[in-house]
Amino acid sequence: MSKKTRPQILVTGAAGTLAQQVINRLSATCDLVAVDFREKVDLGDSIPSYCIDFNKRVFEDLFRRYQFDGVIHLGRVQSSELTRMRRYNANVLGTQKLLDLSQKYGVKRVIVLSTYHVYGAVAYNPALIDESAPLKSAGLSADLVDSVELENLANLYLWRYPELNVTILRACNIVGPGVRNTMSRLLSSKAAPVLAGFSPMMQFIHIDDMADAITLTWQKTTKGVFNVAPHDWVAYQQALKLCGCTRIPIVSVPPVLPKTIARILKLRSFPHYLLAFFKYPVVIDGRTFAKEFNFEPKRSLTEIFHYYRNHK
Amino acid sequence: MGLASFIRSKLSSADVNSQIDRIKKPIGTLGYDPWGYNNDSVKFGMTLTRHLYEKYFRVETSGIENIPAEGPVLIIGNHSGQLPLDGILVGHALANREVNPRLPRAMIERFFPTVPWLGNMLNEVGAVLGDPINCAKMLENDEAIIVFPEGVRGSGKLYKDRYQLQRFGNGFMHLAMKYNAPIVPVGVVGCEETIPAIANIKPLAKALGVPYAPVALPFVLPAKVHLNFGKPMYFDSNEIPEEQVTERVEAVKSEINRLINKGLTERKRLF
Repeated sequence: MSKKTRPQILVTGAAGTLAQQVINRLSATCDLVAVDFREKVDLGDSIPSYCIDFNKRVFEDLFRRYQFDGVIHLGRVQSSELTRMRRYNANVLGTQKLLDLSQKYGVKRVIVLSTYHVYGAVAYNPALIDESAPLKSAGLSADLVDSVELENLANLYLWRYPELNVTILRACNIVGPGVRNTMSRLLSSKAAPVLAGFSPMMQFIHIDDMADAITLTWQKTTKGVFNVAPHDWVAYQQALKLCGCTRIPIVSVPPVLPKTIARILKLRSFPHYLLAFFKYPVVIDGRTFAKEFNFEPKRSLTEIFHYYRNHK
Repeated sequence: MGLASFIRSKLSSADVNSQIDRIKKPIGTLGYDPWGYNNDSVKFGMTLTRHLYEKYFRVETSGIENIPAEGPVLIIGNHSGQLPLDGILVGHALANREVNPRLPRAMIERFFPTVPWLGNMLNEVGAVLGDPINCAKMLENDEAIIVFPEGVRGSGKLYKDRYQLQRFGNGFMHLAMKYNAPIVPVGVVGCEETIPAIANIKPLAKALGVPYAPVALPFVLPAKVHLNFGKPMYFDSNEIPEEQVTERVEAVKSEINRLINKGLTERKRLF
């Protein structure tokens, strides 16, 4: 039997554009297995792809069949998707199962994609929030609890099982071709809601750069928690303008009014529990990650906004 | 061109634009910094404040050269006058200094970010939420920062208490020591007379979620303003008990008191 030379990696969230970009980048040097709980994705003959719920027993069969060296967990359900309970099951219980199995089957590298949403949007946020800042999100909205819980779990495994070499990446707004999250939907739309009188500073990372960041993280075994964001900023309303979106102001005071409007409209791109992110800035400091992993984003904000403007 | 852009282009002046362009700021590719500072907004804002500074308040400044040309520095002053006019005037004085102008950042009260339009507008012209982390990160960026350690205790005080310094917080001293930033004291005279308040309606302030609700004239009086900047004060970064930190804060407070008295002596008339 020939000795295994290429590392075997499990990539979750395979139906997403980001996972597919990461798979493309790693496929030359690694053997990959893709999994998604939403749908089975065809990634060619060389990459086995599965549609499995992490909470089902058959998920463990994957770990038995393939001897994974690494797990790249990109399959976090975003806060705009599914119900709160289903998100909790997928993000928290599903991640726990994934980490348990990783520990049980001797995985040596785990990368978990998180979000800057965990810091929470409050009026008193300083700018350039670093990784040691408290995660206020859970106290602000029950709909963001699963994001914080997912992080807490990953942190627990990071310290309890150092051999897993867990790295958590808290990314800013990931945008660009094929991205279907809240922010990308807003930037691609012809008209986007804004809270009247508020235009918080925001950060955007191109999906290609984010895929590069994850690939660099795989290549260097530094465990810990890292913010991933370019050292560049723009006000939300200015970003919409540059993307060619018409801004639709929503009355912002008293705060109960925009919340009620968002609840009534039920816009996927402007959910009521994310309203604070369109009011107060959550600017993260990505310099530690950039230095540690020698990461430099290649796509500028102008390039990102050009893409959205040209694809209206 | 949108209406806002049109108004901005009409109101900004070429000499103000070139003055701002002389000052290099660490900004991103679209002209913003992480705290929301925006070069275009500053140009527009500076054109407006020039009229306030030169025509309305006829500001007289002395000692502005005491602020170092570069590196982190804390400009510490007395706060007064209900609105943050003192911060705007100190900022304008430094940005329009003949030699080595700098665009300072002002630390503002915590309720400003919750106010629609005003919060964003203040951020765009360089004001920053008064948070120790913000202050620390900006000192790391070699910024000049205006701090009023009295906070709302100073700006919200009544006319009968004018020029009586309120309690100073110690936070600015800890930051100055940690980041080896000199402290330049400034005594502001005149802002107390811009919006003299005779009472503070506390229940109304509470209901509106603002720090104070003054009983005052509904306009700003054109009081003449004197800004007296003192010599830079240097404090070592040795670990010392809080009691000694407070002593250092008191030394800064005494210097500001001296500068206020100097301004009051120099002042010939209120308006």
